[in-house]
Amino acid sequence: MLAMNYRGPQRVRIDHKPLPQIQHPEDAIVRVTRSCICGSDLHLYNGNVPDTRVGETFGHEFVGVVEEVGADVHKIKVGDNVIVPFNIACGRCAFCKQGLYGNCHEANPQATAAGGIFGYSHTTGGYAGGQAEYVRVPYANVGPTVIPEGMDLDDAVMLTDVVPTGYQAAEMGGIQKGDTVVVFGAGPVGIMAARCAWLFGAGRVIVFDKEEYRLEFVRNYAQCEAYNFMSVGDPVVFVKRTTDSLGADVCIDAVGAEAAGSTMQTITGRKLLLQAGSATALHWAINSVKKGGIVSIVGVYGPTDNLVPIGNVVNKGITIRANQASVKRLLPRLIEHVQNGILDPKALITHRIPLEEVSDAYRIFADKLDNCIKPVLIPPSARM
Amino acid sequence: MEKKIENMPFENNRGGDHSHIKGWGIDADPKNDPTYPMKQRNNDEHKGYTWERPPLQPITSEVLHSNERPNVTAVFGGTVPPQGLSGQLRRYAFQYGESSYGHWLPLLLADRVNVVEGIIDDIKNGHFPNIFAERGIKAELKHNPMGLAKKVAIGALVVTALFAFLNRDKDD
Repeated sequence: MLAMNYRGPQRVRIDHKPLPQIQHPEDAIVRVTRSCICGSDLHLYNGNVPDTRVGETFGHEFVGVVEEVGADVHKIKVGDNVIVPFNIACGRCAFCKQGLYGNCHEANPQATAAGGIFGYSHTTGGYAGGQAEYVRVPYANVGPTVIPEGMDLDDAVMLTDVVPTGYQAAEMGGIQKGDTVVVFGAGPVGIMAARCAWLFGAGRVIVFDKEEYRLEFVRNYAQCEAYNFMSVGDPVVFVKRTTDSLGADVCIDAVGAEAAGSTMQTITGRKLLLQAGSATALHWAINSVKKGGIVSIVGVYGPTDNLVPIGNVVNKGITIRANQASVKRLLPRLIEHVQNGILDPKALITHRIPLEEVSDAYRIFADKLDNCIKPVLIPPSARM
Repeated sequence: MEKKIENMPFENNRGGDHSHIKGWGIDADPKNDPTYPMKQRNNDEHKGYTWERPPLQPITSEVLHSNERPNVTAVFGGTVPPQGLSGQLRRYAFQYGESSYGHWLPLLLADRVNVVEGIIDDIKNGHFPNIFAERGIKAELKHNPMGLAKKVAIGALVVTALFAFLNRDKDD
């Protein structure tokens, strides 16, 4: 089968690999019909996530058709079109039973801090990802969800990560009616977080980014204010000036390790790898939120340390809430929102690219070429 | 006797009667839960590692596991088992805990060594890697030709300067 093949930092190609096999009675094999490149794939692409091995296939956002199921799979059957959440969850451990499906304790032997994720290095379990024609899906009774009749595949694939992560970013913000919410980052997750902030009753939503085309998009899509942090001066002072000097009620870090905006963070975090990525957005979020406010983090950072103003967290009495999205927990509500036209996730997809052109797709997304917001890879069988 | 970490079982003896501690539990407030609604609070984590484990995936190739857990998880990814020099580095890294630089820095080093191993493997398999294509140069040429030209110019300048420095007249 065709599959993306990581060869080193900023080097990926399409290759032929063996078809995946059932390795566990609760496995399924899924033929991929859509697979996105996620902003967090860029951390892998840039070589910033430890234990990313040459030969791995990335891709944790995919939908597809069930081709084969293991002996103990009974929730889905061959031929079903399924949404596959990006996190792999057993459904039985203490954490899954509490709805923390992103923190399963039976899916990643390599690290206890991270759950199992498809195609996201051995630090999250060493699973092959969905930027391929076929993929092995463990715990097929738990994660995979049948795509409702009539739902567009482009909407469905956005429900694997982007929509739940953006939604949970707003949910973790504990937004109350009338709150001022600041979102750092107008990538797909930031755009979705801004859109979802309204669902929780925000009174004002402000987004920061440095790409004008993304700012224009989020202004229209999320009906919010959007500013270029390169032109407003210090974004923290900007937030203070526009919030009676108090700060925002809720700040969301929707960027993570690839953040721009601070030379020191960029050099130490992204170039020299002296910290686990550049923590600029988190730094700004902590300093922009009001005293007693909430910072919600969905931006992905590596497993080592980051330079953040933790003293201000203490002195301001900030509550920090963070997690990988619990996709399975959120899917029923989010499917409803898509079906009722409240959320329109496929509008974020700007590029539909053949899987065979994966090298160019990564370059386009990584360098934000051609006004790219969200690229989707389409395998040959899904183009017929 | 001093406890040695490697001999300690994974267990938590939190149970027992604490009523002799004056005031035990009098300010407990189940509503004080900043994790709501992400976490549906129950006492399952207080039971420790006692859930009924899923069937265990057979281990057919080497799987490294964190020393912060007692075992390999019930399922795992079987891709790219550790091998070669990078594999040795990865095995070394997994002797250390996840909060240790002794764990993560050897893994990052292993990743870089693995890139060289990958190129050697490619060549051994008769495939000379097209690094420009792998870096998506076609897309860059199409959508950002000026940026690409700038990168090429800077690269050429650096190589020329390096060449000139290495070949400078030592007598000067």
